[in-house]
Amino acid sequence: MAHDGTASPTGTTNTELVRIATSEHRLARYGLIATALTFVGLFLVLPLAAVFTEALRNGPGEFLTVLSDPETFAAIKLTLLVAGIAVPLNLVFGIAAAWAIAKFEFKGKAFLTTLIDLPFSVSPVISGLVFVLLFGSHSLLGPWLQSHGIQILFAVPGIVLATVFVTFPFVARELIPLMQEQGTSDEEAALSLGASGWQTFWHVTLPNIKWGLLYGVLLCNARAMGEFGAVSVVSGHIRGLTNTMPLQVEILYNEYNFVAAFAVATLLALLALVTLVLKSLLEMKYSAQIAASRRH
Amino acid sequence: MEVRVQNIRKEFSRFPALNDVSLDIRSGELIALLGPSGSGKTTLLRLIAGLESPTEGTVYFGNEDASRKTVQERNIGFVFQHYALFRHMTVLDNVSFGLTIRPANRRPSKADIRKRALELLDLVQLSGLEKRYPAQLSGGQRQRVALARAMAVEPNVLLLDEPFGALDAQVRKELRRWLREIHDRTGHTTVFVTHDQDEALELADRVVVMSKGKIEQIGTPDEIYDTPNSPFVFGFIGQSNILPVRVENGQLWLEDRSIGVSAPGEADGPAQLYFRPHDVELLDGGGCIAGIVVQTRRVAGTRHVELDVGGANTTVEIELPPEKATSDRSRLAFRPTRWKLFRD
Repeated sequence: MAHDGTASPTGTTNTELVRIATSEHRLARYGLIATALTFVGLFLVLPLAAVFTEALRNGPGEFLTVLSDPETFAAIKLTLLVAGIAVPLNLVFGIAAAWAIAKFEFKGKAFLTTLIDLPFSVSPVISGLVFVLLFGSHSLLGPWLQSHGIQILFAVPGIVLATVFVTFPFVARELIPLMQEQGTSDEEAALSLGASGWQTFWHVTLPNIKWGLLYGVLLCNARAMGEFGAVSVVSGHIRGLTNTMPLQVEILYNEYNFVAAFAVATLLALLALVTLVLKSLLEMKYSAQIAASRRH
Repeated sequence: MEVRVQNIRKEFSRFPALNDVSLDIRSGELIALLGPSGSGKTTLLRLIAGLESPTEGTVYFGNEDASRKTVQERNIGFVFQHYALFRHMTVLDNVSFGLTIRPANRRPSKADIRKRALELLDLVQLSGLEKRYPAQLSGGQRQRVALARAMAVEPNVLLLDEPFGALDAQVRKELRRWLREIHDRTGHTTVFVTHDQDEALELADRVVVMSKGKIEQIGTPDEIYDTPNSPFVFGFIGQSNILPVRVENGQLWLEDRSIGVSAPGEADGPAQLYFRPHDVELLDGGGCIAGIVVQTRRVAGTRHVELDVGGANTTVEIELPPEKATSDRSRLAFRPTRWKLFRD
């Protein structure tokens, strides 16, 4: 762009003209770009790089050794288990809630929508505490649970519950605006052609929302694996038993076992990166379809 | 199939959308529900389809009470205003959908479904596009896919909601003619909703004019246009002029002037005179309506002249042949040749 703001209409295409006409001064442009890059570098790239360098400080050999520690290994397994239960639950719930909210009119709809957002607005620690109050030994349910030998707090069920609670909104939040925008005429068309409710959902609604759904599941999964606060309150931090990966990172760090702490942290960071890459890949590959499913 | 709507009332959270509506649709008929937005025409169509259920009243398909049946059981074909094509399916899969989802005992073989879908695509002149996705089609093409999809299930009645509403003027006209052809060839009982009077009058065997949740008039396009039975229909269909007149001894008076129109048998008193801009004759004097030209516009093959009709403080518009030149502020005298009187 050699014209620097003074556009000559001859020989330039329309889009070029527009770009020049709406462009800021060069200094302002570069200034803004530099600010943005500095910000991203300082707060996103640098910490991420630090995690990896710290983890690999003593070479890849040690990195692998600390990861194969039985307690760390147990933490990884527990995290996968918890996400494996919480994500499908919230997938089903999210679709059901979005379906109800987007396609039907009923009393208390606004309230339900707000309620779904609740885990977003409550501090995760409080979310964990709620379960302690519900299931702890001094709670109403506590004695009954104890006498029946059901262990919820400081055990896997508690961790799953807390994780489900915290990751509750992700799928629903992703789907509600999408489904509202798509309206109900596709479903009505299917019904008018003789499709049953289930056929309509399976052949029409689900394909229409699949990209949004995948998106929501990715985000939900990332949060389920990375959740710290709520899980920390209900887990009890029993090594090798109720420690998830984020909790394991904290314990190792507090013991000044930095290499091990950062090694586990790299796994979580990798999860985040893989999630982002998957998301971008999906967007790139299916951008046309995603756009079409939003429009139309 | 014959469809009868009997004393239907429909309320949306206490707001009446339809009020005691009855309508007989003959088998094989092409019928238009015409009215302004909010007149209840789409609600009536959705009630026939079973997409809404009436607060009161009954819908009969033939002699069968269809009101208790679900939309699936009614076996109708519905074409939505924005087509509602399944965007992730090809054109062929869209058209086949109604057949492929049938339970195994009523489902034709795969080859038969394909054959039928291709025949329908041929009928709607979309052969060769069966592998396309809806996003790759023009608006008019999507509309035709939607129609083929609705016809694939051999519906009892074909229902179309503003079928040409989202198309541009040229395509609309083509599709209109084409829909009439398809109807004549397939003989489906067809009901379509429109707010476009030209569309209704040109396309339909009979037109149902609706307003505020009620049917104002049912008739052939000629009857609706030539003998509107209410001020609403007169005003809604085509162009119209309204003048406050007085009836005295079977003669019409505008202010203190007889306008040379006799209305034998009409009781004395004030009335509203309705007439169309083209149903007038120019006069040189005598009993007539006199006005001063405010504005003239040439619209295609006619000249539209807007007249200020003196003390009545109203303007009327009349249509004259284009060669009839008039200058602004000049006086013009005319008399309606076809008119109707309504009283409040």
